[in-house]
Amino acid sequence: MIALLRRDLRLAIRAGGGFGLALAFFLIVVVLVPFGVGADMAVLGRVAAGVLWTGAILACLLSLDRMFALDFEDGSLELLVTSPLPTEGIVLAKAAAHWITTGLPLSLAAPVLGILLNLPPHGAVWMVISLLVGTPALSIIGAFGAALTVGIKRGGLLLSILVLPMYVPTLIFGAEVARRGSEGVALGSSLVMLCAISLLAVGLLPFAASKVLRINLK
Amino acid sequence: MSIWEYANPLKFLNWTTKVLPWVAGCAAVCVSVGLIWGFFFTPDDYRQGSTVKIIYLHVPAALMAINAWLMMLVASLIWLVRRHHVSALAAKAAAPVGVVFTLVALFTGAIWGKPMWGAYWAWDPRLTSFLILFLFYLGYMALWSAIEDADTAADLTSVLCMVGSVFALLSRYAVNFWNQGLHQGTSVPVATGERTVADVFFVPLLISMVGFGLMFLALVLLRTQTEIRKRRAAALIARETT
Repeated sequence: MIALLRRDLRLAIRAGGGFGLALAFFLIVVVLVPFGVGADMAVLGRVAAGVLWTGAILACLLSLDRMFALDFEDGSLELLVTSPLPTEGIVLAKAAAHWITTGLPLSLAAPVLGILLNLPPHGAVWMVISLLVGTPALSIIGAFGAALTVGIKRGGLLLSILVLPMYVPTLIFGAEVARRGSEGVALGSSLVMLCAISLLAVGLLPFAASKVLRINLK
Repeated sequence: MSIWEYANPLKFLNWTTKVLPWVAGCAAVCVSVGLIWGFFFTPDDYRQGSTVKIIYLHVPAALMAINAWLMMLVASLIWLVRRHHVSALAAKAAAPVGVVFTLVALFTGAIWGKPMWGAYWAWDPRLTSFLILFLFYLGYMALWSAIEDADTAADLTSVLCMVGSVFALLSRYAVNFWNQGLHQGTSVPVATGERTVADVFFVPLLISMVGFGLMFLALVLLRTQTEIRKRRAAALIARETT
């Protein structure tokens, strides 16, 4: 499992566009927002948390369709599934690699981009925390979507239609944590709920994703 | 003799062909009685005026939109556990019907919302979760149409339906947390047995609800028959060409 994780990471880094592409996309989304809503710093500060979260979700979506598709095409996915490693483990390793190459850098870059959007400094801390807690859920939900669409040619668009509605609860609680953090009000149960969603997703979705993978490889 | 025998495609075709005219007829009668009674023979509400009459379309459509998804969930489970093809096809057949009910509920709600709330749309929990339900329907149908192999498609959409149900439910409670509601609470709470709708409005509403339920049943049966026949035709063609 560790070896698989290492292999996926190495592939992502050496093929280029693993770390870089998602981050660049995130940056561009954030840069586009002021052109859309105007350069009023007060307005930007109010929407900053939501914009960063939406941008992070879109950036996560970007590399999802390659999660299983590349290995499916050259046949190595079948070898992996027939290996002694349980399919759930493969899904987890793939999702972890996806998180390390997108979710983690996105979380760390968010406060820097937050400056562009006039995110208050104490809000930046909560922004990072909410993204760190929430992005694993995004990766594993995305892994389920990617496993569903692995056999479909040009499944990228379908993947986004399937995955984005499932991102809604994570987005709601994640953006709520970040917004309340930046406004300095009490967090309430939002952070707890965000943690719960992440933990449940990481705990349960690998089973559904591996079931789906096995159906697709049948 | 078990109930599962009726899931045999041939038997299913036989008994549904017998039952279908009755179900469709009852649905037509109930829907027309409910709607005509509701639209023309009930008094105007003292506050909402005649706009209240949209309830006879809105509430049954919303009810069936949710129940259609539930039915798909049950059918998906049956497919995954017992591998009855009719069950998978019934789930496939129910999705477009459910999506139309969802749209009807959303649109009638918007039409009613303009004079009453002053806006076609508000980001209210009920409205939002219905919109999300609509998105889940879209994804489900898109997945069905994207996969060529019928059994794989049935398997994948069944799992999607189950996982999607969890997320749809989660979204329902998440949006509750996210924004306070404008939409009124339910008028017919089943649990407490108290209702806030007077009998004059309630009786036609109930008839309309029953009618919509029967209409859903009739449409699903008909569409499942079509799916079975379509699959049979495809099998015949495959046999001819080889």
